[in-house]
Amino acid sequence: MHNFINNIKTTVRDLLARKGRSFLTTLGIIIGVAGVIIIISLGAGAQTLVLSQITKLGTNLVGVLPGKSNEKGPPAAVFGVQIKTLSLADVRAIADPGNVPNITAVASFVRGNATIIYGRQSVDTTFTATDGSYPRVQNAEMEKGTFFSDEEGNAGGNVVVLGYDVANELFPSGDPLGKIVKIQVQHNSAQSLNNEVNSGVPMRVIGVQKKLGTVAFQNQDDQVFIPFVIGQRQLLGIDYVQTIRAKVDSSTNVQIVIADITRVLRSQHHIKNADNDDFSVRDLADAIKILTSITDTLRIFLGLMAGISLIVGGIGIMNIMLVTVSERTREIGLRKSIGATNSKIRNQFLFEACVLTFTGGIVGIILGVLVSYVIAIIVRYLGYDWDFVISIFSVVLSVGVSVATGVFFGLYPSLKASRLDPIVALRYE
Amino acid sequence: MLIELKNITKDYDNGGVLTRVLKGVDLSIEEGEFLAIMGPSGSGKSTLMHLIGFLDRPTSGQYLFDGEDTSLFGDDDLAYIRNDRIGFVFQSFNLLPRTSVLDNVALPLLYSNTNPKTHEHRAKVALEAVGLGERLHFMSNQISGGQKQRVAIARALVCDPKVIFADEPTGNLDSKSGSTVMSILENLNKDGRTVILVTHDMNVAMHAHRIVTIRDGEIISDKKVPSSERIHSKALAE
Repeated sequence: MHNFINNIKTTVRDLLARKGRSFLTTLGIIIGVAGVIIIISLGAGAQTLVLSQITKLGTNLVGVLPGKSNEKGPPAAVFGVQIKTLSLADVRAIADPGNVPNITAVASFVRGNATIIYGRQSVDTTFTATDGSYPRVQNAEMEKGTFFSDEEGNAGGNVVVLGYDVANELFPSGDPLGKIVKIQVQHNSAQSLNNEVNSGVPMRVIGVQKKLGTVAFQNQDDQVFIPFVIGQRQLLGIDYVQTIRAKVDSSTNVQIVIADITRVLRSQHHIKNADNDDFSVRDLADAIKILTSITDTLRIFLGLMAGISLIVGGIGIMNIMLVTVSERTREIGLRKSIGATNSKIRNQFLFEACVLTFTGGIVGIILGVLVSYVIAIIVRYLGYDWDFVISIFSVVLSVGVSVATGVFFGLYPSLKASRLDPIVALRYE
Repeated sequence: MLIELKNITKDYDNGGVLTRVLKGVDLSIEEGEFLAIMGPSGSGKSTLMHLIGFLDRPTSGQYLFDGEDTSLFGDDDLAYIRNDRIGFVFQSFNLLPRTSVLDNVALPLLYSNTNPKTHEHRAKVALEAVGLGERLHFMSNQISGGQKQRVAIARALVCDPKVIFADEPTGNLDSKSGSTVMSILENLNKDGRTVILVTHDMNVAMHAHRIVTIRDGEIISDKKVPSSERIHSKALAE
């Protein structure tokens, strides 16, 4: 033990005598370790950010999309394929408590692009046409006013709820509530090009939604909500439903609800064989799983990149160690002539490599944690929900890898040193 | 007999050409002798010293050290002998740079089986024996050449070896420092240690009690130096 401490002392003193070089040698390891820690920390932060945003939309959600999809992949509708297999009759069947007892609310959706006009101001945005049940299905908190009621929704009242950004753009100063705006669909999607649609459908603003931010790459504040029939019939001129979402009473019943909805829709669509399904039922957990697997893959990928830089750092260490060995050939010869065995010489250089990489690892951890922390502060300052996570795993991993790198890449120079012939080494100029 | 060489040869391979540096050397050295190996450069005297000092192995022949056949020793055995039985003093000192005098002297103890707590004390005792008890914490590059060689002698002494090898110990020194170094070596021999000196300088060799002259890889003369002809250096002078 005493010998070990002495070894550390001697090695540290030797390394300090060559401060500049020792620092440059460890720089590769410092950057590599810091990189691993930062990337893993950012990955974890980004993951919690995405997940928290998804759950912002509401939990215990089950979505029904038209068209069949396999379990893991995204549904066809995501790629913009229009499938018309879901109808309002399906929505009513799902909403029937006799069919699916464990849901508390159902909402149907169609979406499209529209221009909202108020006076001389106009905003290009997306409209979401849905039912009055929307706030009970998803988390929709209001900044001002109210969401439209079931009656207004079913009756197709000319009312609109603005997203936060849309409201700010159209009414930079002033209260939007009660104002009449016009909604104009873009021509490419308008099959019912009647005059009224062309000049815009007048709607009364009854509410503004609270700021939600970006969820799953979509700005949730850049949209307006209108009653379902207005969007479906009047603006889009279609008779099918693009999405159905249902709120489940508790998380334990999600799978039951998925099974119930699947059964109801099969009977609605007269489907006997599961292979012929023309719809997909998903719960939010599926979406989270998919997103998690994507972000996990990214993290592993980036972690590997950082790992490669660790290996490069290790090669740097090997390089410098080789230089050190040839520079210190005479010293090695002397040490051998006064009784150092080959293994002692090997251990001395191996030890030096390990002290270098270990120190580099520690400095790298400190640097990595600091940088991750600064990033977390900045991202939070920008208004995102960002967790500052340093996983013990990443710390252990990077220190482990850096020390392993030291041993691995230090071994060759150390063996080279230990095999020097003392005479040759002593005569070396 | 401490050292017994029988028909020792040593070949060097110089890019495919075998050069026989030692051509069958027989030499016996008793414990407590003060021996000088002389010869011009290229004669093989350094090679002979390296072989006797276990820095190198002979190509053929038998080497008995303290009665043991050294051909049976492995690398670690040789390292042990170099550490425990032998002390080297080199022409170019070979001190570790950026390291204190004390740590330089204590270095061989790192490779010994001695108790680490005694190292500092032993190094101090060795330094006092060469008259450098005051310079313990100087860095090795802050002292003069003569002092460096005395530090090197202290380092050779610190493990209390039976034999001290000195390879041109005064070669890099002025005459005053050189005579100090020689007087230290003389004193070591008086204390009963075997001292083997390699030199090409007759004035240095004449300190020894026996001179072995080597030329072209063979011993051409081996004679005692009568005490009346020996050169004695003055006692430690700073």
